[in-house]
Amino acid sequence: MARKLIIDGKEIEADDNISLLQACELAGAEIPRFCYHERLSVAGNCRMCLVEWVGAPKPQASCALQVKDIFPNKDGTPARINTNTPLVKKAREGVMEFLLINHPLDCPICDQGGECDLQDQAMAYGRAAFHRFKENKRAVEDKYMGPLIKTIMTRCIQCTRCVRFATEVAGVPELGATGRGEDMEITTYLEQAFSSELSGNVVDLCPVGALTSRPYAFNARPWELRKTQSVDVMDAQGANIRVDSRGLDVLRVLPRTNEAVNEEWISDKTRHAVDGLRRQRLDRPYIRRDGKLQPASWADAFAEIAARVKASKPERMAAIVGDLAAAEEIKALKDLMASLGVVNLDCRQDGAQLQPEPRQSYLFNTTIAGVEAADALLLIGCNPRWEAPVLNARIRKTWLHGNLQIANIGQPYDLTYPVTQLGGSVSALQDLVAGKGEFASVLRNAQRPMLVLGSGALARRDGATILKLAAQLAGSTGMIGPAGAAAEGGWNGFNVLHTAASRVAAMDLGFLPGAGGRDMAGILAGAGTGEIDFVYLLGADEFDMAYLGNAFVVYQGTHGDAGAHRADVILPGAAYTEKDGIYLNFEGRLQYGNRATFPPGDAKEDWAILRALSEVVGKTLPYDDRGALRKAILADAPHFANANMVAAHGGADPAIWDAIGREGQIDSATPLSSTIHDFYLTNPIARASAVMAECSRLFVNPSKAMAAE
Amino acid sequence: MSVRRLHPEQPDSFAFTAENQALCEREIAKYPQGRQASAVIAMLWIGQVQEGWVTKPMIELVASTLGMPFIRVLEVATFYTMFNLHPVGEHLVQVCTTTPCWLRGSDDVVAACKKHIAAEPQTISADGKFSWMEVECLGACVNAPMLQIGKDFYEDLDGPKTEALLEAFRRGERPTPGPQNGRRSSEPVDGLTSLTGVPPYSDAGAAGQAGESDVQKPSGAAS
Repeated sequence: MARKLIIDGKEIEADDNISLLQACELAGAEIPRFCYHERLSVAGNCRMCLVEWVGAPKPQASCALQVKDIFPNKDGTPARINTNTPLVKKAREGVMEFLLINHPLDCPICDQGGECDLQDQAMAYGRAAFHRFKENKRAVEDKYMGPLIKTIMTRCIQCTRCVRFATEVAGVPELGATGRGEDMEITTYLEQAFSSELSGNVVDLCPVGALTSRPYAFNARPWELRKTQSVDVMDAQGANIRVDSRGLDVLRVLPRTNEAVNEEWISDKTRHAVDGLRRQRLDRPYIRRDGKLQPASWADAFAEIAARVKASKPERMAAIVGDLAAAEEIKALKDLMASLGVVNLDCRQDGAQLQPEPRQSYLFNTTIAGVEAADALLLIGCNPRWEAPVLNARIRKTWLHGNLQIANIGQPYDLTYPVTQLGGSVSALQDLVAGKGEFASVLRNAQRPMLVLGSGALARRDGATILKLAAQLAGSTGMIGPAGAAAEGGWNGFNVLHTAASRVAAMDLGFLPGAGGRDMAGILAGAGTGEIDFVYLLGADEFDMAYLGNAFVVYQGTHGDAGAHRADVILPGAAYTEKDGIYLNFEGRLQYGNRATFPPGDAKEDWAILRALSEVVGKTLPYDDRGALRKAILADAPHFANANMVAAHGGADPAIWDAIGREGQIDSATPLSSTIHDFYLTNPIARASAVMAECSRLFVNPSKAMAAE
Repeated sequence: MSVRRLHPEQPDSFAFTAENQALCEREIAKYPQGRQASAVIAMLWIGQVQEGWVTKPMIELVASTLGMPFIRVLEVATFYTMFNLHPVGEHLVQVCTTTPCWLRGSDDVVAACKKHIAAEPQTISADGKFSWMEVECLGACVNAPMLQIGKDFYEDLDGPKTEALLEAFRRGERPTPGPQNGRRSSEPVDGLTSLTGVPPYSDAGAAGQAGESDVQKPSGAAS
């Protein structure tokens, strides 16, 4: 149902179920607000959004009034709402006056200054030459909320956005408002740290300077910063971010709204790992001489590599792509290796048993937004709260607002929503495939069931068989539904949840063992026995370097992490904020990352390094600039032309879905568990970050923290 | 009213007595399935009656019994001023200092408490028998100033009377609750000034009613 309203003289038709505030915005009016937030429940306690309903005795709080509550005038004409009359202005000025009674005028030393809702709205509704309060202002003790959130609670206007975010979105109800009236205070229970992976978002939500970013404290003013729109690589979700930089430093990362990916949330790792971009950086090439890494020139480093390449044979060489690589350098490395005749390539450094075809077998086919349409969810060997915290918030949202039933096979985790635990080992999955158990009928009866295969289920020796079982389960329970996107009535509930930002692009570009080539396990085994004597690591750090044996290791990357310590030649590359790059998230959605700052020292963009190296080894790559490289990528993978789009589900074609995975023996003895053991330390950038180290100490290993103190 | 925080010194544990546990279960059973959190105030009150004050282990026990996050119960406990967040003496003395009592001399009552119990409110007296606190209006303004000890109101106080009252409690006596100046409920102190005759419409006064009435019917005299 919709009804007509006349807002500021303009007649509009508004849906019954939206709020008056939203209806006013539809009509083009701007409504000031503090407590109202479209992704949180309505609190209605700041009263800033007052509007005039002609005929009503008092101004109305437009956020708390639904369109269906607004009845037409007696003569049948639509109700008239005014948002810009003197009455409205006076009412809002009164509200602002109350809010400012106890608000300190410390804008000059407040980190929110310049991007503060209260500051902005005081410009419009503050009554400057009008002081009637001579009393002292109330002061509130600052609270401890953890290493990421700095609190100056005197500034708090009790909008309770943070409390609602913690309870509703993050699902970690640790924030609350104690006391009442003038003495109301926002606090965590007994001032413990706010233990959510999404905690940084309360800083964005806070309309004043009460909650600010602790690592960013007193670093910069918003107008000094250069803002670059980019994409996050800390997990495979590809959250849309804005990188704020000044000079060579990335000072902070903020979320950008993208309804299809991250709504407007980002994880704490995305937001706060950026101090790792300044630490442990590789800023010049190194060559290992006499067992020690010594600085070298680019020419020397390339010459050393070329000599080793010449001395080796294609079948004795291998290349591994790491988790943070962009599509450009993956393509360049693949082409270089192909021109050398090397087939020992892998991008699955965790050993995930993914197969190159069909593409659906390694994608999150439901899409992130599609999760909201699901009514049954099976998690297999994954911990979405750590592998993709923002996706986990989306699952929680679906559970909170609908009737999503969730079950888990594998190690149980606290996921912020209730999960039926079906068992820890693969045999529970076999039972489900056989139709045994209560949840099997839940899946069969569900309209839109989905499953999520975590990397923990695939990065095992029996990963391909688990993939097969999952595909069988998907086929037999109607997860592979009609063609089309969820919004159009289509449904594909088969999902693989990656943890590496580079994975889907690398799979799409075929950075996988060629004919007769070795996979990750094969490369490591070969290096151990000496059959592989040259290994090229493109930012690959997430495996035990001891397996590389005596091979000659080239490490191209950004940080002095595991790979660089093992390397014989180090080529310093650019981090994700320092290069333009193409990233595909786990849905297969292509997004562009953009350069915010330049790489430090002599470090270069990765594809350019590979292009330069190719010339030295005598196999010059056929692209001289990024445009030509992207054209070459397009020639390989035409779907790279579709930015920000997800491949449409093609329907339940048995030829595709029966071919997924491999029959084989399963290992029921080893329980399924996530591959991530410490959310805060999953990649070289995060491991170099002092902030992430502090979070890890506090939230992941609290017992160690106690012992250290 | 002031900022309400949990007391810095907290007991290690809390458990309801068997009787109180049964009371709690009766409260919880009042609410439909899934709405058990509605019993939070009742449970905290039962806990306070048992312990005298609301403790951290009590808050956590109530929270886990009702399936609530700890912070939600803490919010309730700090919101309602009837929940004592400080340890209390054997006799909790609550002195009303709201305007009517204050106008009638509650400052003297407070001074007596400071002298006989402790200089600071919410502090247990040296002998452990008392603690006192200021409270908002207890609804006995006609008998101001007043205070509440345990569940009883002691009204029409002044400084010396309060001291005598506290001394009596200290000796283990239990003075009669109500006005302490001799009057009955809220009748005038020095006898009735009106309604001194036989109450109208009572059996005894029915005969004299018509004759004594001043009320004139609006009869022909007016026209």
